[in-house]
Amino acid sequence: MNLFRNVVFIAAIAGLVAGVVLACLQAYATVPLILKAEVYEQAGGGHHHDHAAAPAETGDAMSSAAPAGNAMSSAPAPAEAAAPAEDEGWAPADGFERFAFNVVANIVTGIGFALILVAVSEFAGGIGNWRQGVFWGLAGFAVFTLAPGLGLPPELPAMPAAELLPRQIWWTATAVATAAGLGLIAFRKSLPLAILAVALIVAPHIVGAPQPESFETPIPEGLHHQFVVAVTVTDLVFWLVLGAAVGVVRGRFTGTATSLRDSFA
Amino acid sequence: MTTASVSLGTSVSSQSRFMQLAMAALLGIFVVGFVGFSHLDAVHNAAHDYRHSMAFPCH
Repeated sequence: MNLFRNVVFIAAIAGLVAGVVLACLQAYATVPLILKAEVYEQAGGGHHHDHAAAPAETGDAMSSAAPAGNAMSSAPAPAEAAAPAEDEGWAPADGFERFAFNVVANIVTGIGFALILVAVSEFAGGIGNWRQGVFWGLAGFAVFTLAPGLGLPPELPAMPAAELLPRQIWWTATAVATAAGLGLIAFRKSLPLAILAVALIVAPHIVGAPQPESFETPIPEGLHHQFVVAVTVTDLVFWLVLGAAVGVVRGRFTGTATSLRDSFA
Repeated sequence: MTTASVSLGTSVSSQSRFMQLAMAALLGIFVVGFVGFSHLDAVHNAAHDYRHSMAFPCH
């Protein structure tokens, strides 16, 4: 299990670094926009997490102008108001706790993405230095952000969306197809396979992502556009940092960084 | 493209090498899937901002 241990070790360090970087970028660029959107979400009185009677309760907690016919008494309102962002189950409290959980989520998934990146790149020869890592990072960005984001753009709270599961399936299938396509282009020197690769990359977008029945939303178009840009750019930086970090850590680990320098290009 | 065998896991057979790399990749997929795609409310709420910020399907 020597190889497995080495892959996990490299992925843990690189994922930690890239996850911390992304968490800092998100605190500055994307989370403030999510918080702004939640104001619209609550003003709208509904919550798109709702599955049952949640909207009535949230609406009552957020607005004293709720219809008198609503059976809600005023007593539960403070409890509802204490956790305005989420109305089901446990959720981290706003402020530091929410920030801390976001950092943890970033680091954990950073290591998860790093595991995938290191394992796949080892099949193809390994990431020998930070420059190769940047190219691998670009591929990761294309696979996990760019391609799924074309059909399912980053969304803010209170934005309409189709059923969750079909979107998750489409997202996953698009990532797999894009990764397979890029792999065929990069590592198989064959025109038919390159054509197949393009077909693989294009196919998910011909099938099309699950879309909501209506695009009506209280979120201003400008805010959403700002969010799409912020998400795309922060994810790009994450993937570049992750790829470069894998290259640096792996080079230190093996002590063969220079001899591998030419293996990619 | 065989340069990696020089550096990581020199002594392992190609079959063992494949298995170990596949396991590492599966572990990564599991971790990302759990944090980013789990339908458990508590997991969703804890990673809510992360899911939005990574453009994972959410809500």
